[in-house]
Formats: sequence, C-alpha cells, structure tokens
Amino acid sequence: MNELPLLSLLIWIPIFGGLLLLLLGDKNPGLSKTIALVVSVVTLALCVPLYQGFDVSTANMQFVEHAAWIPTLNINYSLGIDGFALPMIILTCFSMVLVIVAGWEVIENRPGQYMAAFLVMQGLMNGVFAALDSILFYVFWEGMLIPMFLIIGIWGGPNRVYATLKFFLYTFLGSVFMLVALIYMGIKASSFAIADMHTLAMPLDVQSLIFFAFLLAFAVKVPMFPVHTWLPDAHVEAPTGGSVILAAIMLKMGTYGFIRFSMPITPDAAVEYSFLMIVLSLIAVVYIGLVALAQQDMKKLIAYSSIAHMGFVTLGFFIAFGLMSEGHVNAAELGLQGGLIQMISHGFISAALFLCVGVLYDRVHSRNIADYGGVANKMPVFAAFFMLFAMANSGLPGTSGFVGEFMVILAAFQENFWYAFLAATTLILGASYSLWMYKRVIFGDVANEKVENLTDMNMRETMVMVLLAIMVLGFGLYPAPLVEIMDASVKNLLECGIQSKLTEVAVGVCS
Amino acid sequence: MFETPDLTLLGTEIFMLIMACVVLVADLFVKDKGHKLTYLLAQFALVFGFYYTLKLGMATEDATIAYAGSYIFDGMALILKLAIFITAFIVLVYSRPYINERDILRGEYYMLVLFATLGALVLVSAHSLLTIYLGLELLTLASYALVASHRDSSNSSEAAMKYFVMGAVASAFMLYGMSLVYGASKTIEIGLIADAMVGTQSLLFGMGLVFMVSGIAFKLGAVPFHMWIPDVYQGAPTPVTAFIGSVPKIAAFGMIMRILVEAMPSLESNWMMMLIILAVLSMGLGNITAIVQSNIKRLLAYSAIAHVGYFLLGMIAGTPDGYSASMFYILVYALTTVAGFGVIIFMSRAGFECDTLDDFKGLWQRSPWYAFMMLMTIMSMAGVPPFIGFWPKLEVIMAVLNADKDLVWLAVVAMVFSIVGAFVYLRIAKVMFFDAPETDAELGSDLSMRIVLSLNGLAMLGLGLFPTLILGYCVAVFA
Repeated sequence: MNELPLLSLLIWIPIFGGLLLLLLGDKNPGLSKTIALVVSVVTLALCVPLYQGFDVSTANMQFVEHAAWIPTLNINYSLGIDGFALPMIILTCFSMVLVIVAGWEVIENRPGQYMAAFLVMQGLMNGVFAALDSILFYVFWEGMLIPMFLIIGIWGGPNRVYATLKFFLYTFLGSVFMLVALIYMGIKASSFAIADMHTLAMPLDVQSLIFFAFLLAFAVKVPMFPVHTWLPDAHVEAPTGGSVILAAIMLKMGTYGFIRFSMPITPDAAVEYSFLMIVLSLIAVVYIGLVALAQQDMKKLIAYSSIAHMGFVTLGFFIAFGLMSEGHVNAAELGLQGGLIQMISHGFISAALFLCVGVLYDRVHSRNIADYGGVANKMPVFAAFFMLFAMANSGLPGTSGFVGEFMVILAAFQENFWYAFLAATTLILGASYSLWMYKRVIFGDVANEKVENLTDMNMRETMVMVLLAIMVLGFGLYPAPLVEIMDASVKNLLECGIQSKLTEVAVGVCS
Repeated sequence: MFETPDLTLLGTEIFMLIMACVVLVADLFVKDKGHKLTYLLAQFALVFGFYYTLKLGMATEDATIAYAGSYIFDGMALILKLAIFITAFIVLVYSRPYINERDILRGEYYMLVLFATLGALVLVSAHSLLTIYLGLELLTLASYALVASHRDSSNSSEAAMKYFVMGAVASAFMLYGMSLVYGASKTIEIGLIADAMVGTQSLLFGMGLVFMVSGIAFKLGAVPFHMWIPDVYQGAPTPVTAFIGSVPKIAAFGMIMRILVEAMPSLESNWMMMLIILAVLSMGLGNITAIVQSNIKRLLAYSAIAHVGYFLLGMIAGTPDGYSASMFYILVYALTTVAGFGVIIFMSRAGFECDTLDDFKGLWQRSPWYAFMMLMTIMSMAGVPPFIGFWPKLEVIMAVLNADKDLVWLAVVAMVFSIVGAFVYLRIAKVMFFDAPETDAELGSDLSMRIVLSLNGLAMLGLGLFPTLILGYCVAVFA
C-alpha cells in the first residue's frame, strides 16, 4: 500500500550511516558529526510519513514488508508495525537526534565512532520494534548489545569495564533462554512468524516454561526486581548518551516484549503467574523507590527511579488478566494503556533527567549530589528545566509522568485496593527522591568553587531541553493522540490476544 | 586383460599429489629469494584443485562410488572438498609473511600443507575403512611435521612431540576399532558394513564402535580426549595452528559421517549416547576453562574444544537436519577460527609473538579496522547475531529440539554454556577496546594478507546477513 519500504529505511539508513562513519575514520570529526546528525534527522523525518500513513482504526500490522530470508528454515525478513510499535519507533528516532546533539562537543575520544555506534544501534532498535519474525527479532535484539557494550566500555566512566560486562552478560543470559523458547515454538508452529506463535495452542506446563524463558529475557531488560542490579551500574558508567538510550529505549524493549510475546503467546501461564508479576512490580515501585531515596549519586538515583517507574508499566500490564476475568474490561484497557503511556512518558522524562545530569557532569565532572548546591544561582535556565523534569518524574499532574501512573492506579483500584495503595506510594516516594535531590543540587547557597564557576546552558543544550519539555508537557496535557494510536491494538490484545489457548478449539476465535 | 579404471573422479587427488611433488622439486632447484615460486605453485594447486573439483561436482549428479567401493564422490564430499581448498588457501596467505619473517621459510612448508590437504581430501571421499585410515594418516603425519616446522623453538618441538604421541594413540584406537568391525562384518567397505550390521547383535560391532568413537573424539579434541589440543595450539607456529584448527576439523566431519552415519546407522542409539557425553563435557570444560586462559592461542584452543561440543549436537540429533546443521557448524567454525588466528598472525612479528591476551591491549586505538575484524570474529564465535556464528548455533539447537528425542535439556545446557563462552570472548573484546595499548608497533604490512584478512573478517558479517549462501548447500547435501 505504500511505495517506500519505510520500515526498512528506518532500519538500514542509520545502520549504513553508522558503517559509513566507521569507514571514514576520525580524520575529520566535524564531518562525521554532521553526517551523523543528518542521518538521524532524516530517519526522524521518515517517521512523519509513517505516522501520517498509520491507520489508527485497526490492530492489524501495517507497512508490512516481507521477503524470504532463510527459506530452508522458514525464517523471513518480515516487518510491520501496530499501535504498540509505532510510538516506540518514533521515540527511538527522536531520542537519537537528542543523543547526537547532546554528544556534539562532549565526546572528545573519536566522536565519529561514538556516533557510528549510536546510529547502528538506532537501526537495530527500530528493527526490534518492527520485526514480525521471531528470529529476526532475536537478531536485532542481540545485535543491539554489541554497540551498547562498546559505548559503555569505551566512552564510559572509571568502572566502565565491570559495568559493561555485567550489562552484556545479564542481557545475554536472559535472551538465550528466550531463543530456546522461540525455536521450540517455531518448530511446533512450523513457522517463526510471531503472529503464528500467537495462535499456537499449548498446554499449561509448556506455556509456563515458555513464559519463564520470556520472563528471564524481558525482566532483565525492563529491569524487574530482582534482576535489576545491572542497570544502576550500567547507567552510572555509561556516557550521557548511553544512559539516555538505555533508559528511554532499551528498558522499554522489555515491556514491549511482554505485550508482543509473553502475554499473547502464553496467556494462560500469564494468568497463572500474574500475581507473581504484580508482586514483583510492586516491589519495584515501593522497595526500589526507597532505595532511590538513599542514593548519593544522581545517575544512580535516576536509574533506580527508572526501575520504579518501569514497575508501573508491568503492573499495568499484568493486572489486566485479573480485571478481564472479573469482567472489568474498561479497567483492563485503562491499565494496559496506562502502562504503555508510562513507557513513552518515561522515555522522555528519564532521557531529560539524564541529559540534565549530563549538563552538570560536563561542567563539574562529578555526579555526587554532595558536590553540588546552589546551582540555581549560577544556572537559572537550567534550574528551571531541571525543575520541570524532576516534577514530571514525581508525577505532577500536567506532565506526562502523571497520565500513565494515574491510569494504572485507577485500574489497580478496581482489581485490589492494596495494589492501588502500594502503587500510589510512588507519588510520595517519587516526589521525595526527585525533589529532595533537586533541593540538594539546585537550591541553597553556592556550595563550592566549582559551582561558583558554572555557566548556564548554551544554545545546543537549551534546544535539547526545550524539545523534551515540549514533549513532557504536551503529552501531559493532551495524551489523546498517543491513546488513539494504541487504542485498537490494546483492544485487540485484550479481546483476542490474551484469551486462553490451551486447546486448539479456543485458538483463533478472533483474528 | 587389463583395464585402466576411469581416473577422472580421482583427478583432484592425483593432481594434488603431483603438485605436492612438483613444489618439492621446484623448491630444490629454483633458488629464488622468498621462495615465491613455491608459494605461487602451492596456491595454484589449491585454486586449480578447487576449480577441478567444482567442475567435477557439476558434471556428476548422483553419488558415485568407485574403485571397488573404496572411494565416493557425493554432495557432501564435494562441499567439504571445496571448503578444504578455500580454508587451505586462506591459511597459506596468512602463513607466508609469518614464515618469511621467522626464517622457517622452506619449500617443505608448502609441500607439507599440500600433503595435509591431500590427506583431508582423501578422508572426505573415503568409502572404506582403509581409505579412511589412509587419508587420516596422511593428514596427521603432515601435520606433525608442520607443527615441528619451527625447529629452533622448544615449544614447537614439544607440541609436535605431544601431537605425535597422542595422534599415534588415537590412530591405534581407530585401527583397533576398524579391525574389530572388519572381524565381525568381513568387509571394510562402508556400505557393506552397514548391511552386515542389520539384524546382528554382535558384541564386536559394539566394541569396534567404542574404539572408533574414541579415535574420532581424539582427532576432534572432544573432552575427555582433548588434552593435546591446548598444548599443540599454543606451541605450534600460529599459521600451523590456524591450519590444524580448521582443515582437519572439516575432514573429521566427513570421517564421522562415513563411520557413524553411513557405516553404523543401526547402532545409532549407542553412538548417540556417547556423543551426548562428549558434547556436554566438551561444551562445559571448553568454555569454563577458557575463562582463565591468558594465552590467546590457548584460549582459542579451549574455545575449539567447546565448539566441537556444539558441533556434535547436530550429530546427536541424528536427522538430516542435524547433519546439515553440523556440517554448517564446522564450515563456519573453520572460517571463523582461521580469521581469529589470522589476526594473531597479523599482529605478530619476528621476535614478538602476539600470543597473550595482554598483547591485544588497545588494538582499537592502534588499528580500529582490524579491531573490528577481530570483534566480528569473536562475536561470531560467541554466537551473537547478526554474525555468522549465530546461525549454526541456532541450527544445531533447532535440530536437537526437532529430533523428537526429549533433548530439550541438552539445548538448555548448550545455551547455558554459551553464556559462559560469551564471557570468554567478551574478555578479548575488553582488552582490545577498553584497555590502553602497551606498544605502538607496526602491524603486519603484507598487502595480500591485509586484503584476505579483511575479507575474512567481513565475511563474518556478510555471511551472517545472508547465511543461506553456505547453509543452502549444507541442506541440499542431506536433502
């Protein structure tokens, strides 16, 4: 229906752009950076026709591309997007422009290759969201680890080697079991297409094993308690751009995996273990929230707050099963949508917060809260933006952070008062850790000489902040376009996706 | 009264034999500096051998068994032979600058490589126990000499000694197993053995199988018959390591197929059990022991042991899918391992063997291009997509899951050990990319080596994106 293979372009333009930068080497950093910026802006521009051409009334895959890849195994290069994938792809392209702009002057060690790594990663991340074939999905999913491994390891902080190895091995550990599950189902269904796996009937014990294989892969990525420990390390050591991509996109892949794989492929197991998932989510919200409160390092604090916020997403997803069985369809929808909006919103907010820390770090070379104080005196503009994002992080109404959390809490109320009660503690905890950090860093008297010498943000940094502020406020005040995109897919997931599929008969009731 | 048999089928082997002799004689009489002529002759032999085999393969449609049943030319032999030629060609390109600088440049080197290659060719086309043994011995005898080719190095001699003793023991195992099988079946021809086995419960077959599997495991370096691998890999001159790490492995696949699958299909459940034990131990010990290695050649040796374990998974599946997966695995492994040793050769120079992990420090800063080549190679070994090494792993796991033998646990075990393996390869990536360089010495400057090494490295990515280029043939062979 569309002449241009938009999704392929979104995947391959950045990858080839990245390879071009690698070939160019570092003889002319200015040129490399310009190319990187052009490539990322072009891919972002390609999202416009994607958005315009997207039909919000259907849950079917759109912009479908299909080509045989490995015919002997029935593995295909097949791409397509629905309401879940489209916002993620746009978010990816948007974040990448910010990352490239943010790293413009900051990265001194071979900037060309830094940008190249990010561009390659952008292509692979778009691939993850667009893949309709499970093996293709896995290839993108794993391939992404390598550029990130290098980004943290080369351009990271002092303890970067430990952090990047931990990051790689944790994620690899999770995903190999997913691979076994995918192969198993691929053989059963004689097809590796994700859609065919959705309609594959499986007994509960098999579903449970597959559910846990997926859980391992996605929980590490989200990350959920108790496999979250790699994230603070990775975030702290990663360069600002790396943290932004980790928080804004890579974490979302875990939750994306839940809605694309775990919930529709193993719905009966998901019902069986939804209580476990809810408990883990609530632990993330409450316990990790408390942990965030105790952090001395700004990046670590934001990293823990990310885990807490992602807990909301998984909570929103997995209360849906209980709500559906009790007939609260609207509430289930609300919970799912809340989780999805939280994914997008957290993408903006966490990216903004990491960029704020980056702005400070580039000047003072410290992330310790104790090294700051009274920054507002020297950087008023920065303080204003930081204020907005800290407020958004604590879920202030009017910012995008509020919308998702509110919807999830609302839905949780219908399921169980205590779920909602515990989830709602985030409003207190989130405000505490965000604003307390803000207070210690920004307010008060000028703490030391380094703060005394601070200069406010330059054009480039301000531009990045303005863009993010628009997003945070825009979706906070008017989330309707986002809801609209996702609506059909959410309804479809609830009505068809998560129906029991223990027996052949039930499968394919609606399609 | 006397009829000359049609020798076209045997053309490749005859040609290689002649060329090996020509190389030897040419080197004796033509005294050019750098032995360029010998080198070119040897490479010509490989290229033409490739061409001839390819033509022969296109002309022959069905599997042909000839020379009183002792020789077979089928799809598998064709693909394996082509792979052997390619690998040997790459190894020779890598060898030349190395032996040039170290004064082990003698015509014999090329001659020995040609003889070893000839042995490998005979092995994959063997259709009787005797031909198998002939090919095997030709291959290994030439390899012993190659390992010892650095005469002044005590490491090299020690490695050759170990290799020889272990190899001789393995050959003895093989031969004993063969004699038992012959005793029971009264024939040495593969097809007839299979027929003779049907319906008998003779203990001799079982005994023969055990000894032959042990011999095969010795040659492959599967745990617990792996002891020689690390020492030989480390002690041999690096290009020789590249050779014995690749070509004999390809040939060994042919040998396994002939002995286990074609000659002893009725004992499948028996050899499958043995292979499971070998595979699990190899994957486990290979990957875990590799973690603590500081010598990169030794590290790659343990990685080779682990890879043999994965390779065996496909054989364990015991289906055509499994065999083609194993074949795919071994071909990809050969290509990858050659690239790995290629980088090591590339970074070494006379008086400085780049063989510890520390020598790779800061390669990214010294030469980003070759650091990426090495990165692609090791990521391929780790089985990370989109590099080529991912696909054979996927294939063997798939074959195991698909085999209807309740082997899901084996797939999970394989995956767990591949995580351990990932750590091993990440260590190499870590020193290359994250550590500061200790020297800024020039890297190898030989042009042909640069080109071939770059192509070899890029193949990791290119073939990874289009795995059907190799996989298609592997599947077709067993279809």
